[in-house]
Amino acid sequence: MATLAASPFSIEEFLLEEREKDLLRFSTAGSVDDGKSTLIGRLLYDTQSVYEDQVRSIEGKGTTAPGQLDFALLTDGLRAEREQGITIDVAYRYFSTARRKFIIADTPGHEQYTRNMATGASTADAAIVLIDASKGVQIQSRRHAYIASLLRVRHVLVAVNKMDLIGYDEATFRAIVKDFTAILDQIAVDTGTPVETNFIPVSALKGDNIVHHTAAMPWYEGPSILELLESLPSAADTRTSPLRFPVQRVLRPDHTFRGFAGQIASGTVRPGDILTALPSGRTAKVERIVTWDGDLEEAIAPLSVTLVLDREIDVSRGDLLVSTETQATVARDLKAALVWMDQRPLDPARKYLLKHTSQTVPATLRAINHRTDLASLSHQPAATLQMNDIGSVTLNLLRPIAVDRYAENRATGAFILIDAETNATVAAGMIRSAVDISAGDDNEGEAWGRVTAGEREARWGHRGGALALTGPAALIDAIERSLFAAGVVTCRIDTGDPVFADDAKLVELVTRVEMQSGLLALVVRNENTDHLTARVEAAEIHVESDDVMHAISTVHQLLHNAGIFISAEGAGL
Amino acid sequence: MPVAATEVNPRSTSSFLKDPRRLSHLRLLEAESIHILREVASEFERPVMLYSIGKDSSVMLRLAQKAFYPAPIPFPLLHIDTGFKFREMLEFRDNMAREIGAELLVWRNEPAIAADTNPIALDTKRCCGLLKTQALLDGLRHYNFDAAFGGARRDEEKSRAKERIYSFRDGAGQWDPKNQRPELWNLYNARIHPGESIRVFPLSNWTELDVWHYIHEEDIPVVDLYFAKERPMYVRGEMLLPIEQSFVARPGEKPQMVKSRLRSLGCSPCTGAIRSDADTIPAIIAELISFRSSERANRVIDHDQEGSMEIKKREGYF
Ligand SMILES: Nc1nc2c(ncn2[C@@H]2O[C@H](COP(=O)(O)OP(=O)(O)OP(=O)(O)O)[C@@H](O)[C@H]2O)c(=O)[nH]1
Ligand SMILES: [Mg+2]
Repeated sequence: MATLAASPFSIEEFLLEEREKDLLRFSTAGSVDDGKSTLIGRLLYDTQSVYEDQVRSIEGKGTTAPGQLDFALLTDGLRAEREQGITIDVAYRYFSTARRKFIIADTPGHEQYTRNMATGASTADAAIVLIDASKGVQIQSRRHAYIASLLRVRHVLVAVNKMDLIGYDEATFRAIVKDFTAILDQIAVDTGTPVETNFIPVSALKGDNIVHHTAAMPWYEGPSILELLESLPSAADTRTSPLRFPVQRVLRPDHTFRGFAGQIASGTVRPGDILTALPSGRTAKVERIVTWDGDLEEAIAPLSVTLVLDREIDVSRGDLLVSTETQATVARDLKAALVWMDQRPLDPARKYLLKHTSQTVPATLRAINHRTDLASLSHQPAATLQMNDIGSVTLNLLRPIAVDRYAENRATGAFILIDAETNATVAAGMIRSAVDISAGDDNEGEAWGRVTAGEREARWGHRGGALALTGPAALIDAIERSLFAAGVVTCRIDTGDPVFADDAKLVELVTRVEMQSGLLALVVRNENTDHLTARVEAAEIHVESDDVMHAISTVHQLLHNAGIFISAEGAGL
Repeated sequence: MPVAATEVNPRSTSSFLKDPRRLSHLRLLEAESIHILREVASEFERPVMLYSIGKDSSVMLRLAQKAFYPAPIPFPLLHIDTGFKFREMLEFRDNMAREIGAELLVWRNEPAIAADTNPIALDTKRCCGLLKTQALLDGLRHYNFDAAFGGARRDEEKSRAKERIYSFRDGAGQWDPKNQRPELWNLYNARIHPGESIRVFPLSNWTELDVWHYIHEEDIPVVDLYFAKERPMYVRGEMLLPIEQSFVARPGEKPQMVKSRLRSLGCSPCTGAIRSDADTIPAIIAELISFRSSERANRVIDHDQEGSMEIKKREGYF
């Protein structure tokens, strides 16, 4: 202590190194009693990551032989866990080596607590799947491997544990490698997620191949668990992916500032980028990236920042700002893989809420496409999903949301389902496909009967209306184009057109039909004047025709004020 | 497409260490915490931040400033005052709230304080139960808060290692560790019935070292008691007890001046000091990495009995 404190130079060095370290999150998985907690305890102990008082507190306790520390007690922190000798809920532990920092989620193997395993794996970059060498591959090993693959945990380290119990026998290890490799390949086909796998023969209890290499298995020349953990690539680098920015909150301290606060889910954002707000489809340019530490020239995922846009567009919590070139899918119908986590089975008659990024939407079950039978890894028809079942479902949402496939984006492809009555988190969902509402076939299975105005609004992202424009043709073209670009479905009626021949009654009739179809009718009269007149219902404005950008934004504001542009919250309700 | 199991060369993938645009782990932790703060502020009707004046609270407060900048912090701070907090702590608290323009609420279990509740007259467990847990539950109920941020970290203690980021509490404020809601990705379930509440831990994934490192990098002010100084102490073997409350003294016991500091800030009768020369943040960090026992080892309350933190948490403690 004294030497370190006396030389401030060395501590500065240490802090510099600390700052350079990256972060790897990993979780454990496997059947009950395979030795997950023991392995984590051993890893912490052998890397000197536990304090003396913590070691003292477990001496002479637990399930192990006298004199042998029960390392599982270092992570099994609940009394019920210590009493029953099993893990019930995830324990998060932290340690670091000279190279990187680690966040460990030690999860339970017991089938009853599969939901907690999924909790730990959902944020993991890597998983250590344990297999008890004396027992071989269990059904729960398959289930956990399947869930890890569904959740797209990219690296799987398979620790074949308790090698001490089988005399460190190479043949048994090889047999398990063969068995489990075949299963993992089959799982990868089913989930569509390739994983990188390493097999390591270990004894968590004795410390073989956890941190240190062992003399007990000279036939194994590969890396230890820790060496592998140190060498894996850390969190997926998404800075080159398309920008996804879920708006968490609108910050409006005073009338001069309006910023959208959120955490970048993927991609990179810079001032000057053109973004599209979904589901509305309106676009704006990034003016500033604001943080407490000053404005940024560039921000990458997963930073939390505040974006200021160059114009007032209607954006609120739950909206997704995306790069205009590579947009997300705006959908009301989703096909998704589900891990069911509630005692109460999936029930089409119950109300569920779907939470996706920063929004929550009521969801209706349309179909259970299949349930995955874990023993055979085959798809079975199913009337429901029970606790711990994995299956595929089709959901219909009350209003459209902007999503990606989970395979493409872990943040915008994931959701949870909440039981609206009990408030329990009942399922984890991973979007497999989504039907774009503009693709037009989202109404399959929709209730029969007339298409309602609400459904039209949900489809178009705005209400039906009429915008009367009088002024120079070029300016009117520019306005129409700007509305079109923002995703507004416009339909132009040129009153000067011979078809209408200044027949006011006919114009009015066509306009009404268009409005009822949910379209924005543009009732246009060309006039070579130096100003433009725009009218929506009773509201009329006049703007100079020489400032095109100003005229466009004024017209957009007029439509906004008239309630034609609905907020994402209001869509479809 | 499936990829067959391959043997990866463990030393071939170290280029990530040299990438200059890589985000440091402190930036990642900061981004995660800010996301949590914003979610809670947006999804709950009446959130509050428990402000305990310690290093973790100081970091949490800075993160709240960052999360809502340039808007003000959109919730009040609540300090549970047991009446046994160090004078320096209370001064620091009032100055801090004034400086950053935050709304500060203070709640005390006045009947228990008036009845002279203290850890020597009672035992530490009952004293804590009244002055901390009961006061906390009463304070939250009085103001009708439905979400309360706490600065607890999972690396502090092994029952804390089991906490969710959103820790669901029933109508009586109690924690049921065997029945926690699954918590996937960063999708937090904020749905509660009337009377129920959520405790939120934005610093869940920070370690003690991360907290000090961040305080250092961000120049966050902390209470002077963390820095080593000559201070009067009752010396009992290895234990150093600060002189703050007269009842702590045993008959005939005389204070001595000891160069010492506090590693974590609690109530003065129950928080032992440590001998130390660390009078700067880097020195504190240097000392920290040389420690052989955990930060709570100096708190009397945590080791009354095996699993005592879990019991307190079940009863409604943070
Ligand atoms: N012989 C031997 N026993 C082991 C080894 N690893 C773990 N065990 C024992 O196996 C039992 C279960 O270990 P745990 O670490 O609690 O298993 P777990 O996988 O965490 O169990 P759950 O979390 O409840 O699923 C304990 O009695 C351990 O001491 C090993 O390598 N060799
Ligand atoms: Mg375990």
